[in-house]
Amino acid sequence: MFPLLVTDHWYDLRDLANLYRVILEGLDHILPTGLVYVITALLGFIAFFVIFVLPSQLYVGVYGERRLIGRMQARQGPNRVGPLGLLQPIADALKLLQKEALTPRSADRTIMWIAPILFVAPAILIFAVIPFGPRMVFADIPVSLMYFLAISSLPVIASFMAGWSSNNKYSLFGAMRIVAMSISYEVPLVLGLLSVAVLSGTMSLQGMVIWQQDIPTWMILIQPIAFAVYFIGVSAELNRTPADIAEAESEIVAGYLTEYSGMRWGLFYGMDIAYALGASAFAATVFFGGWSLFGLEQWIPPWLIFILKTYLFYFLFIWTRATLPRLRIDQLMSFSWKFLLPVALFNLLIVAVERLIWTSNDLPDAIVWAFGGVNIILMVGIVFVWSKVFKYDPKNRPTKPRLVNESGGYRPVDLGEGGSAS
Amino acid sequence: MSEVIKTEPFVMNIGPQHPSTHGVFRVKVTVDGEKITDAEMIIGYLHRSMEKLAEERTYTQNIPFTDRTDYLSSMSNNLGYCLAVEKLGNLSVPPRGQAIRVIMAELQRLASHCMGAGAFANDTGAWQTPVMWFNRERERILDIFEMTSGARLTCNYMRIGGVAFELRTGFEDAVRQLLPRLRQTIADGQELLAENEIFIVRARDVAVVSPEMAIGASLTGPMLRGSGVAWDIRKADPYSGYEKYDFQIPIGYKGDAYDRFTVRLEEMRQSIKIVEQALDDLPGGPHSTEVPLAFRPPSGEAYARIESPRGELGYYLVSDGGPSPFRFHIRPPSLINLSVFKEMTVGGSIADAIVALGSVDIVVGEIDR
Repeated sequence: MFPLLVTDHWYDLRDLANLYRVILEGLDHILPTGLVYVITALLGFIAFFVIFVLPSQLYVGVYGERRLIGRMQARQGPNRVGPLGLLQPIADALKLLQKEALTPRSADRTIMWIAPILFVAPAILIFAVIPFGPRMVFADIPVSLMYFLAISSLPVIASFMAGWSSNNKYSLFGAMRIVAMSISYEVPLVLGLLSVAVLSGTMSLQGMVIWQQDIPTWMILIQPIAFAVYFIGVSAELNRTPADIAEAESEIVAGYLTEYSGMRWGLFYGMDIAYALGASAFAATVFFGGWSLFGLEQWIPPWLIFILKTYLFYFLFIWTRATLPRLRIDQLMSFSWKFLLPVALFNLLIVAVERLIWTSNDLPDAIVWAFGGVNIILMVGIVFVWSKVFKYDPKNRPTKPRLVNESGGYRPVDLGEGGSAS
Repeated sequence: MSEVIKTEPFVMNIGPQHPSTHGVFRVKVTVDGEKITDAEMIIGYLHRSMEKLAEERTYTQNIPFTDRTDYLSSMSNNLGYCLAVEKLGNLSVPPRGQAIRVIMAELQRLASHCMGAGAFANDTGAWQTPVMWFNRERERILDIFEMTSGARLTCNYMRIGGVAFELRTGFEDAVRQLLPRLRQTIADGQELLAENEIFIVRARDVAVVSPEMAIGASLTGPMLRGSGVAWDIRKADPYSGYEKYDFQIPIGYKGDAYDRFTVRLEEMRQSIKIVEQALDDLPGGPHSTEVPLAFRPPSGEAYARIESPRGELGYYLVSDGGPSPFRFHIRPPSLINLSVFKEMTVGGSIADAIVALGSVDIVVGEIDR
């Protein structure tokens, strides 16, 4: 629908692939063919990590999160190291590098040593399938959705190894909790994303962006349930509030990280942010139109649009973290199995029917807007009906205590006047 | 499969160094998975032998000790001790001194409940935000204390027969500016926490104390009122002229952690009302009666009790006619409120135990003295 105006000149920064191609061609003249591909792939990967992931991590993940949460909590946030505290994350990283990485005598040294390394690898792999622009994607594989889901559940193993090997009861609790939660939330998460794949008819992330660009729409407008399921599921998998039970500070000190110190802890901390960035990038791709912005991507560099969308989604994580209390593990489990899973399944059913109607009758693309309207109405309906099934009634709950004027003994709850106490 | 997978309960220490024990307090819990089957409290890490030390010092010298028992509400502690000494020596306090005492005690209740409500929210996992919001207002109250007494935390402001100094110029304006801000913060806490679905499911029906259990264990303060028992020493046995002020007692519905939290918020609103009334008709005259520095009350005994932010704070003094008390005993509300901790936690999960501990709002300095 929108032909790209991007040229093939190397100075056309709307598509960084141009620059990359020029380097590749230049190297091709001086190096043997096979080696060039290896070198450029490595180069591209490192450059991408240095240009996007590391600064995002330092300045959106560490600095931005601390600064924003500081503002939300009526305090300043880091503002001492460098101008506006901008050098704070670097100072932190240097401090962590200097610190000794302790290993308890009773711990399993090998596993405790391997766990942070295993935790880092998937964080890098996740970004391989994320499309940053029309031609800026490392591996445009047709099943990148499956790839993302598979890779993003790997760090759980590393977390479990960390918790188990520390030989600490708090760590063990953290490890057990993270495994239980990951198993529970993977199911609705996959179902929610499956409905997106069914509607768009593709499992490739690049394909989904192009699908959203062609309509043109954003998936969140058409699939609000899938987005809600994704957001809740992914915040549970990433241990973000309100589901941060694996590192619940007030309960089990630091969960599976209790015995870690120095840069080993730093790797866990940094990669937690990288996973959150990866989940944000994925959400920006699937639900917010990726690098497309209703035609504006011809003038604004698509990768810039994409990165800003990622940061906007990441802001949601920061916001919930500064606002919400934490749920208990059994409440999280029952929420996942009793609420999220049925809702995601029902959504999948609706979307499958819609897709069938769309393709078998050969309807125009604009029909997805009607689907979106139907889905939003159904979303409200499902949530309403399901809350009635569980007898949820917020009106009937007092949030303020009773007031009496005189001291005396026990005052039984008067059910007739102020409502029941349930 | 002849062998069955064996599970066994294990013992876990919560504390003495733990983010949620509010001091050096230790609970040895036996857990079966996430479920607590036994809980044993171990106290005494902060024992400073205050009651014995106080027998060696004069009555006036003992006032700073009381600051350091419940270090989050030093004004209330000062008040309770001074009332006991005045009862022992049959002294009277001028009306202005009484009104200043009421203002200070209620501001202290506000400051202490700010801390209690914020820390409780932190225990439920609301990561630092409510703590910061409430502490912002608590700091302002402490500023007023600093302005009045020269100290923020351990004020040492009350004296036998009145208060130490006259109020500073601008005190009334400072308090009147503070109160609307406090109201706003309480409303924020109500909306952010008490009406938050996650907070409700975390705190409702958790750590339930039935009214029978509460009375049987002689719980006091928000712990007792949360269970629906209307009992407030300010109403039942008024001191310092509390009978003149118009306020109400908030009581809960079911005696769970949520009720205790909302009771604390409501008590803060009532305290604001009391402070406003006290400021409106602040009597003139002296702020204190003249009491000799080496005060020697006649031999006898006295027990005075006040409604401290945590409950009934009692001071029991025995005099043998000398310049220092023969026996100095404190009835600490935190210790007695904590006595039902095992009943509250056994059967729940670890997360519930943390919420239960947060809802008691203990101060370890007062438990161990």
